[in-house]
Amino acid sequence: MTAPAVPTLREARRRLAVDMLGIMVSAGAFGFVFGLSAAERGHYSLVEAIAMSTILFAGAAQFAGVSLVASGTPWPAIVLLTGLLNIRHLLYSAALAPWFQSVPRVRRLVAAHLLTDEAFALSLAHFRRLGRMDLGGYFIAAIVSTFVPWNLATIAGFLGGQLIESPERYGIDVVFPAAMAGLAVGLVTGRREIVAAGAGIAIGVAVALAWDPRVAVVVGGLVGPLVGLAVPGPAGRATEPHLVPANTVPLGHATALADVTAEELGEGTPPGRRLIPPPVPFGDLPDVSDAEPEDRSS
Amino acid sequence: MSVELVGLALLMGAVTYPARALPLIVPGIDRLPPIALAYLRLVGPAVLGALAAVNTVVVVDDAGRGHIHVGVEWVSVALCVAIVAWRKNLFLGLIAAVGLAAAVRALNLG
Repeated sequence: MTAPAVPTLREARRRLAVDMLGIMVSAGAFGFVFGLSAAERGHYSLVEAIAMSTILFAGAAQFAGVSLVASGTPWPAIVLLTGLLNIRHLLYSAALAPWFQSVPRVRRLVAAHLLTDEAFALSLAHFRRLGRMDLGGYFIAAIVSTFVPWNLATIAGFLGGQLIESPERYGIDVVFPAAMAGLAVGLVTGRREIVAAGAGIAIGVAVALAWDPRVAVVVGGLVGPLVGLAVPGPAGRATEPHLVPANTVPLGHATALADVTAEELGEGTPPGRRLIPPPVPFGDLPDVSDAEPEDRSS
Repeated sequence: MSVELVGLALLMGAVTYPARALPLIVPGIDRLPPIALAYLRLVGPAVLGALAAVNTVVVVDDAGRGHIHVGVEWVSVALCVAIVAWRKNLFLGLIAAVGLAAAVRALNLG
């Protein structure tokens, strides 16, 4: 078997552009739903919705925030949950760190703000095809495929949603819980996740009915994982090699780093390490194993 | 126009940004204890599951008390879950969920 030819920068960016198309559609669709939810459910102002999409720029946390704000959850609890939901970005950042070693620190700090599931998957695939770092390609992937569509769609969803009378008549009110449930399914990769999700559901509903709906999600979200931890992990995998789940969704939910432990993602991680981004809800992310097809498993 | 939640966006961004930036700046920062990683890995399903359930099953009255609500929303969300599990495509699931709810309501069945 001969090694695949390394594409030129132009060729690699052309492939990147093709890969970005599906991501742009998904980010746009989901951003629209966020804008709609922010207006209808969270009663955000347009400025507030835009602030969430530009400053936070993390889909799951933004959607969770809509519900929590609407239910009157105290800010510290919202911030705590946001931190927990987004801490997995450590893993994306760590996986990309070896490629960014030669990038000036200021640019790394800017790049970090744009790091989402999509940016991670697209840029990693791009770097591996190219065999080297391409900071321009990273920014193209992060900004054009996700940041711009997400923010424009947030505005469109916010304004468009206000034009719709009785959104429940069109079933729009079920978008939010259905999206949350679908995202949860995407995060399930084993028994522990199923148990944690089930416990979160049961505890959340019980707390909402028996005590206070405003804190129900926080309690379910914090206690559910403890219940999940009571379930034995996969045999021979006591160190949790699957740090994040096998599915991903727009803007910061989860991407698989299959068979990569936290230790392996540290400073010694060589460029070209096997990282397998999974399919996204609205399409497929590019195959990062293009450069080394013999190295891909699972 | 309210800007109160801009402050919340800043706080939420402030707790998110370090996770995105630290490994790029300080290699090795990601090396959390395995039990902490395992816990964090389960937070997503638990939070999202709780969000979905509470927003589907519970309605809040004017006094802030929660009550069980039964309606087409249950079936819509379940349909979305089934499609996502089957097709790995959230977009299809959402379309089906919304379509079902709209159709049932148009027919005055739910």
